[in-house]
Amino acid sequence: MFGYYLELAFRNLKRNPGLTALMIGAVALGIAVCVMTLTMYRAMSGNPIWWKNDVLYAVTMDFWDPEQPAWDQKPDLPPTQFTYRDALAVYASDIPKRKVIMHKAVGIVSVDGQQVKPERALTRVTTKDFFAIFDVPMQYGGTWTDAADTGPEPVMVISRKLNEKLFAGANSVGERIRWNDNEFRIVGVRDHWMPLPTFYDVNNGSLEEPEDVYIPFGWNAALEIYSAGNTNGWKPEEVDTYEDFLNSENIWVQMWVELPDAQSRDRFMAFLDNYATQQKNAGRHQRPLNNRLTKPDQWLVDNDVVGNDDRVLVGLAFAFLAVCLLNTVGLLLAKFLNGAPMTGVRRALGASRKQVFYQHLVEVGVVSSIGAALGLVLGAVLLVGLRALYTLDPSDAAGTQAIAHVDMTSVVTALVLAFVATLAAGLYPAWRIGRIPPASYLKAQ
Amino acid sequence: MLEMTGISKIYRTDLIETHALRDFSLKVGDGEFVAVTGPSGSGKTTFMNVAGLLETFDTGTYRLDGEDVSRLSDEARSRLRNEKIGFIFQSFNLIPDLDIFDNVDVPLRYRGLGRKDREQRIKSALEVVGLSSRMHHMPSQLSGGQQQRAAIARALAGDPRFLLADEPTGNVDSLMARQVMDLLEQINEMGTTIIMVTHDPELARRAHRNVHIVDGQISDLKPYEPREEGYVGSGAAASPMAMSQA
Repeated sequence: MFGYYLELAFRNLKRNPGLTALMIGAVALGIAVCVMTLTMYRAMSGNPIWWKNDVLYAVTMDFWDPEQPAWDQKPDLPPTQFTYRDALAVYASDIPKRKVIMHKAVGIVSVDGQQVKPERALTRVTTKDFFAIFDVPMQYGGTWTDAADTGPEPVMVISRKLNEKLFAGANSVGERIRWNDNEFRIVGVRDHWMPLPTFYDVNNGSLEEPEDVYIPFGWNAALEIYSAGNTNGWKPEEVDTYEDFLNSENIWVQMWVELPDAQSRDRFMAFLDNYATQQKNAGRHQRPLNNRLTKPDQWLVDNDVVGNDDRVLVGLAFAFLAVCLLNTVGLLLAKFLNGAPMTGVRRALGASRKQVFYQHLVEVGVVSSIGAALGLVLGAVLLVGLRALYTLDPSDAAGTQAIAHVDMTSVVTALVLAFVATLAAGLYPAWRIGRIPPASYLKAQ
Repeated sequence: MLEMTGISKIYRTDLIETHALRDFSLKVGDGEFVAVTGPSGSGKTTFMNVAGLLETFDTGTYRLDGEDVSRLSDEARSRLRNEKIGFIFQSFNLIPDLDIFDNVDVPLRYRGLGRKDREQRIKSALEVVGLSSRMHHMPSQLSGGQQQRAAIARALAGDPRFLLADEPTGNVDSLMARQVMDLLEQINEMGTTIIMVTHDPELARRAHRNVHIVDGQISDLKPYEPREEGYVGSGAAASPMAMSQA
């Protein structure tokens, strides 16, 4: 009978093309908004470096105020950043396979002899492993050496976007560039890359584009670079000079390590505990021992990367879908009741309530399938629109590609959503039409 | 055999109760052709709906082909309707977006018959009513008389024991009305029991028996006397479908 019901469904849908289009449109719109919101939500709540989740760790140590925790809402968690001197001390460990200490800064970049105006560039002041530890793709060249970090050497990696702006996209390795009026030599050009969320530094939001400029961490002291991200402190200190700042208890440096196995993880944890104990014995860091190695997925949870706003947005999207489906229920009911006389004839000819119910449910299924397919297409269009809104420069849309990409999970989610939601929405009209006594239909003829 | 005893049917609204059938009793034997007459609002249509299992009743008993239908589930009533009862309506009630072949196919689909069996039955039924050449026409392409004959073919295709006809000639001209009546008589002669509601005394006279309903009760009932001529008897072998297939 399913084939017969399917045949009837298509006939019935063709009979009222306007009404059919309205129903399919309502379902498609609801599904599209949900797909778009879910894709956004997944992009923001997903783990953008899932393949290294078991080897990559954010390092945190509780060197905060002995009198109170760093986070009132999550008193068990240590602060997310290090002091400069603790960062250097822990960075000295040779246990991790890869390690990075870093922070965000701002610089003015310019190229001698070029017409391009000097411009403000977000900069990551980092040790060399940044590119390898986070699997950052390179368009040209590569990263710098350990010696360049400690030297420090005037070397720099720039983004593909900045390279296109300054050098028209040509291989600029070896070119000179000025950063805050200091000359640097380009050793690499980073390719399109935008992990969503930007897990490696969640201090200033998680949807920011990665920095355009990368310089060795050693330049902090030499150029007296302050963090352009969060700098937090708990201790009243006199900070008159940059050296005072470096030696203060202010935290502003992030640290990540790559530990390939449990053994190296245990060893590094022991190293952290020893260092913390050593500092306690020296009179610093009087809070209980609370050193942590946090995997990226847990790091995103700990740092509330998926905020309440995002959850509210998803809730609103589902509420919108519910409104669309409610309208569809009304339209389905109107359509089914409009066809009630013919249903009455079918009942008189031997169709049972159950058969009438299934027949109409199949029709709802057809509406939901077409609505879902259309919703997917519409969702993709909405995501492209969203991408245009988020990206000022379409040539560097690496990150927003993640937003604009409808992945298989979203496709499956949309299909399940469409089937379950629309079928659920169609249950009542289908049930209702089966409950009306057939004689009433025939009187309506 | 159709046997109703003490049937009553009351339609209730917030304000009034309408007694459509009161203590209604009727027995219709196999192979009978009964005409039901009566003024508008007398309960003819309610009787037909109850007889055709399209409506339930409040009190009384109703046995159809020996089976008490009073407490049957919707599923069982639908199956009985499908297998034992054929309907012919005044306004034909063909499904407008199905061609004649597919219209006749509807009751057979619900019976779950195979494609070949259905096709054979549809062709036979259309042959009986003389519409074989119009099987792929849409209802709107046929005249009123042809549409009613298509509706009769649909009723016949399931090879029913009872044919319930509600004003079958009400929407056709007098010539077509005669043809439809001839067809119904022919079907009855092949053994199908027919109950026909009509306002037309001429048509009523062509039935074996007249039942006159007034205010939901039978006011005049002539006893059943089987016709000697043309009556073949009941059973599948004598059915119009079987005759056609033979």
